[in-house]
Amino acid sequence: MEVDITLRVDGEDRPLRVDTRTTLLDALRERLGVTAPKKGCDHGQCGSCTVLVNGRRATSCLTFAVAHEDDEVTTAAGLADGDRLHPVQQAFLDHDGYQCGFCTPGQICSAVGMLDELKKGWPSHATADLTGPVDADDDEIRERMSGNLCRCGAYAGIVAAIREAAR
Amino acid sequence: MIGLLHTRSIGADVERVDGRAKVTGAAAYAFDQPVENPAYLHPVRSAVARGRVTGLDTAAAEAADGVLAVLTHRNAPRLASTDDTELAVLQDDAVAFHGQFVAAVVAETPEAARRAAALVAVEYAGEPHDVVLSADRDDLYAAQEPEEHGDVDAAIAAAAVVHDATYTTPPEFNNPMEPHTSVAVWDDGGLTVYESTQGVHTVRPVLAEVFGLDPERVRVIARYVGGGFGSKGTVHANVVLAGLAARALPGRPVKFALTRQDMFRVAGYRTPTVQRVRLAADADGRLTAVEHDVVEQSARIKEFVEGCTKPTRGMYAAPNRRYRQRMATLDVPVTSWMRAPGECPGMFALESAMDEAAIACGLDPVEFRVRNDTRTDPDSGKPFSTRNLVACLREGARRFGWEGRDPAPGVRRDGDWLVGTGVAGSCYPVISDPGSAAVVRYGADGRYQVSIGAADIGTGAWTALTQIAADALRVPMDRIDLRIGDSALPRATVAGGSSGTTNWGTAVVEAARAFRDQHGVHPREGDEARGEMRENTAKEHYAMSAYGAQFAEVRVHAGTGEVRVQRMVGVFAVGRIVNARTARSQLLGGMVMGVSMALHEHGVRDPRFGHVVNHDLAEYHVAANADIGDMEAVWIEEEDPHVNPMGTKGIGEIGIVGAAAAIANAAHHATGVRVRDLPLTTDAFVR
Repeated sequence: MEVDITLRVDGEDRPLRVDTRTTLLDALRERLGVTAPKKGCDHGQCGSCTVLVNGRRATSCLTFAVAHEDDEVTTAAGLADGDRLHPVQQAFLDHDGYQCGFCTPGQICSAVGMLDELKKGWPSHATADLTGPVDADDDEIRERMSGNLCRCGAYAGIVAAIREAAR
Repeated sequence: MIGLLHTRSIGADVERVDGRAKVTGAAAYAFDQPVENPAYLHPVRSAVARGRVTGLDTAAAEAADGVLAVLTHRNAPRLASTDDTELAVLQDDAVAFHGQFVAAVVAETPEAARRAAALVAVEYAGEPHDVVLSADRDDLYAAQEPEEHGDVDAAIAAAAVVHDATYTTPPEFNNPMEPHTSVAVWDDGGLTVYESTQGVHTVRPVLAEVFGLDPERVRVIARYVGGGFGSKGTVHANVVLAGLAARALPGRPVKFALTRQDMFRVAGYRTPTVQRVRLAADADGRLTAVEHDVVEQSARIKEFVEGCTKPTRGMYAAPNRRYRQRMATLDVPVTSWMRAPGECPGMFALESAMDEAAIACGLDPVEFRVRNDTRTDPDSGKPFSTRNLVACLREGARRFGWEGRDPAPGVRRDGDWLVGTGVAGSCYPVISDPGSAAVVRYGADGRYQVSIGAADIGTGAWTALTQIAADALRVPMDRIDLRIGDSALPRATVAGGSSGTTNWGTAVVEAARAFRDQHGVHPREGDEARGEMRENTAKEHYAMSAYGAQFAEVRVHAGTGEVRVQRMVGVFAVGRIVNARTARSQLLGGMVMGVSMALHEHGVRDPRFGHVVNHDLAEYHVAANADIGDMEAVWIEEEDPHVNPMGTKGIGEIGIVGAAAAIANAAHHATGVRVRDLPLTTDAFVR
């Protein structure tokens, strides 16, 4: 079955007709040519497909495109302000928080989303005090970024980049 | 002696030239290529580990919406060569392992292809299969003649200390984040493939032979590659299947991405190993004998030998030495390269054994290794071009705070955690292969186009080759316009064996020198010159290898047996560093994969059916961010005038070599429990 929907991707309305079985990830990549989010596992286990849906991080392989009419979808391609990189993107460059780059767009979306979660004071498994504000310390960053695998093992750079961007 | 390049860009801390494209998601990997009107392939995999396909009902699949073709061994185009049995896809009815491709659906959309693939009904005549490796099988065959220098048995009989133990490593799967993907187009009697590969010039001749094409009619493009770690270093069946589908649908780009589960079936993996190591030492703790006896598996359809005894040959002095390597042929998928094949599992065994022998000798493990250092290669008798293992051990001990370490195991406690420290040596040979070529051309924009069909799989080759070209031409980096990742560019060797910078960098330097010789420093637009990497004759006179030392602090929970690697320090002697920023990442990346190997990775093959049961990233866990503690990778200054004009030794693999042993040794120091079978799971520590 096919349905006409409009996705709002990186600030642009993108009307399209999709098979109801199409994931948000496949709609972005194979129908709209938005290839910043990557398919690493298609099971929500690796995080390479992470995008922001209305500002919150989501694994786009685990959600159907038809469920996202009217949602604001932001990929790593939509984070930069023209030629000016998002501070998280710049920090990834400065700290070499990537190697092959395949997981990187997902890592960066995830980092942007989780910095917002920190700002809102949402606790994690690594948070000692569940009631107070949450610091962007290394344990918090490591815990919150563990849904985004990096087989190149760039975790030291990723943590350093996010620590800097959190300042 | 080679004239070492005068360096300006080399050695600097440089942002990756491809960094901006990667952080914005603009870098186009194989499956990201914008192609017109693509079709999608989804495979059907065998449900038995050995036997024949006796029935194929494709009617329902062919009738399904959007289906363009259903390929089976009955109708697939015939290949020109089936000599490489791994690549003889859909050519006959034989099944050689569970998960082998037995059919494929090509359809208008990925959803339609996947749905129709599930509608293909396959019947098999299964045969008894055998997928279990053990060292006491009676059908092991010798992968190489057993080799002995001196008299090991006599040395053991006369030794003050003998250590004899068996170490095992499980099947490990490369799992680059980008699954193997292809976009294949058959057009005008030629084949173009956008491929996730470690070598466009590795893939091209293979596809030319398999499809019976002139190599000039095959083009392979891979500008960005999402990791490989060896699995993309050789051609696997998926590329051929994509090519077959493209041939069946001329003009139509066919997109085929392996699923993550397929990555456990057809993309290669590291064999499990069973390694017996015997060490004999005199009363002063000097090794008198080393023996390394390895048992591995290989697939029935293609032999691959993981040379685990390689590192043992050059690591420590011992006059009496014996190596043996035996294999079992099993009904399993083809084993292949995984980061530091041979050195990585081999050094887990050797460096664990060295720790145990040091304890048996009553010596500090750093001191024991220093005492057994060698100035000449024990096997060949050649001197080393440079060898700084001892410097790495000393510097690592200093940085880590090793001095004053209490050797007693199981006595340090921090709350519920038992704390220990461990060390291991690292090594990786300097591999150089002639045959890469580069072309330098002066462009209209006043920049130098430097072309070579190399691949950057995350190693930093885009940046390193730009730096090398800049120094070789004596211009700033921004005057270099590097072109890689396309078989239309000059031939380059595979990104493997930590040899990329050696081979490609030398070709770039040769091309730059030829360019300056021919065109001087004021070239005209269109001037160009070509250079080639030739055999390094210094190899006849010197043994060449990189070395390192890794130190780990490990905590083991007294109640649950959970193992955490709190911190690691790796010190490496790897020749000159081209880019301090990317080199650090590459060395750390190897160490992180070593943590993953030590603590997590274990592919479990079901003996009843022959498949890997934990075939995804939830159940085959690879180290996540929270698994990694404080990691430090540094290097010591090392000028080696014999390796290549850049003075580099290769850094892609050495970081994983020895890491798992350092961790296992630290876990023993923490708990008193010696784990000789990877990974270090909690059950080993709960008594």
